[in-house]
Amino acid sequence: MRKFATLMGAAAMTMSFAQAASAEKLTIYHWFEYIPQELLNEFTAETGIEVVMDTYDSNEALLANLKATGMGSYDIAFPSDYMINIMRDEGMLDTFKSSELNNFDNIQEQWLNVSFDMGRQSSVPYQWGSTSFMVDREAYSGDIRTSDIIFNPPEELKGKINVLDTAGETLAFASLYMGIPQCSNDRSQLKKLSAMLEGAKENWASFNSDGAKDVLASGDVAAGMIWNGFGAKARAERASLEYSYPKEGYLVWADSAVLLKDAPNRDAALKFMDFLLEPEVAAAITNYARYTAGVKGVEEFLDKELVTSPENNPPADAPAGTFVEVCAPETQALYDAIWTQLKK
Amino acid sequence: MAGIIKKTGDSAKSADGTQTSIVDGRQHLLLLPAWLIIGVLLVIPVLLMLTYSFLVQDFRGGVIWEFSLEAYDQFFFDRGLFGDEPPSIEWTYIGIFWRSFVQALFAMIFCFLIGFPTAYFIATRPQKSRAFWLFLVTIPYWVNLLIRTVSMKFLIRDNGPINTWLLSGGIIDEPIGMINTSFAIQLGLFYSYLPFMVLPIYASIERYNFALSEAAADLYSSRWMTLFKIVIPSVRPGIIAGCILVFIPSLGAFLAPDLLGGAKNFMIGSLVEEQFKGQAGDWPFGAAVSMILLSIIMVILLFYARAQIRQNDGGH
Repeated sequence: MRKFATLMGAAAMTMSFAQAASAEKLTIYHWFEYIPQELLNEFTAETGIEVVMDTYDSNEALLANLKATGMGSYDIAFPSDYMINIMRDEGMLDTFKSSELNNFDNIQEQWLNVSFDMGRQSSVPYQWGSTSFMVDREAYSGDIRTSDIIFNPPEELKGKINVLDTAGETLAFASLYMGIPQCSNDRSQLKKLSAMLEGAKENWASFNSDGAKDVLASGDVAAGMIWNGFGAKARAERASLEYSYPKEGYLVWADSAVLLKDAPNRDAALKFMDFLLEPEVAAAITNYARYTAGVKGVEEFLDKELVTSPENNPPADAPAGTFVEVCAPETQALYDAIWTQLKK
Repeated sequence: MAGIIKKTGDSAKSADGTQTSIVDGRQHLLLLPAWLIIGVLLVIPVLLMLTYSFLVQDFRGGVIWEFSLEAYDQFFFDRGLFGDEPPSIEWTYIGIFWRSFVQALFAMIFCFLIGFPTAYFIATRPQKSRAFWLFLVTIPYWVNLLIRTVSMKFLIRDNGPINTWLLSGGIIDEPIGMINTSFAIQLGLFYSYLPFMVLPIYASIERYNFALSEAAADLYSSRWMTLFKIVIPSVRPGIIAGCILVFIPSLGAFLAPDLLGGAKNFMIGSLVEEQFKGQAGDWPFGAAVSMILLSIIMVILLFYARAQIRQNDGGH
């Protein structure tokens, strides 16, 4: 027994030594395919801070996992606009002073005083973009500037449509199509929405979010909901794909890097936020993810084709995009029920 | 498990009266790892699940610590979208369960139809080469399940190799729509769980005394009759073990339905996943669905065990 205790003691000592010797750490919780590994390596090379990254595929999954594992395991996450409000209400966000970030002034004016984080007290802008859909022009050459493509498709596209497997975005997009509020309590509106979706589903091939690019690029489907940057990547693999800014409206979102409450490595997290606000870094992320950065001075580092890419430049007559809204609990329950009904 | 414990206890006592207490004490100590594993991996998680299924949902994930039957009510009763209609039976979730059971059943049948001949083939090879054949069966399982499922998707998609080959050979004019169908789900489940069918059946057939088959042949039994009257009844325990091992994990699977079936319809697994990972965030309901599934499986296995006991009693 004494031998065992000595052994344990030795093991514990080795472990504590190892911990002291190891470099500073930073744990981030990020979307899939949203930051190039080279950037993380570069950050480690610059600061000596080792970065560990886990990934998620929807805002809801992020929230669910933080709730299940509790705070204190991650330093930074990358929620979208509406989810930042929800996370603040849940008490999941820490705040910082603008003076704690050297590059705070690099934040673009339009992303500084935003409704979801006035004056940027918990977050810094990451990338922003839109949610709409793409059509394979080889399969369908008619008008695609309408969400009928998804919800009331022409004959050529029937059975060849993918929609995002996230209740929030898909239902909000459907609400825009029907011209009803995103958080409606109106019985007839909701029944119509539910009936419309169930009818449209007959023409859908699949529900897929993280594979939204793949199913389009491979030709599994001829039309599919997608985020604009992900769509640009799909077009790089299949040139006949075209992103649409439908006349009924489309969704916009702005992802931010938020400082999580009880972050185990708060200093490292702030250093990383500073890093993300470097124009060169933000541009590198844009070049990789094909969205749009919210940081000043990125232009000179951007890929040339991004400046004119159809995914990032809505046509002049396109309507403005709409942010996803946060519904009250009892309203949200109705939308959850509609989603379950849709996928039953 | 209980049977094993009882047996070792009996034998210890009968071995030597004076030693019993020491042996017993050491036995408890030796059993500790087993109890620890059962406790930590089985009892505590199931109790947690049971507890959560009777709590109140907190908005967007999490629970409020108040007793409630809400989750079970939601499963069995439909009160309309706004909850103000008179309750009627909720068919939504029963339908999802039914679909999952049917898919799992098909996967099990496919696995048996391919798995039994495979196991028979391996068991009838010379002793030396059996290990090699078994080794071949396990090769695909060195690769992660997700990767294997995605590969299956690549194979059966509209412009995947199978359709391309059939098209170029002039056998078909239009690609066969395999992806995003129930067939694709069953194929995925079949591929995922095939060795669970092969290995137990193999173990049974290996112990089967082939002299019985020869005797049957001597008595003018046809090969089919020998198979159905002699071989299959003799290796039945292996077949049933294989069926259970395929059927139960298939019930809860969500990779194959999501990736190959297009996630258009919930299966039990994806319904539960949605409660924890999706927007609904209804943990008690997710826990309740899991408990209901657990209960159904327990009932099935209990019936099976009783039938087995009755048959054994009748046989002797």
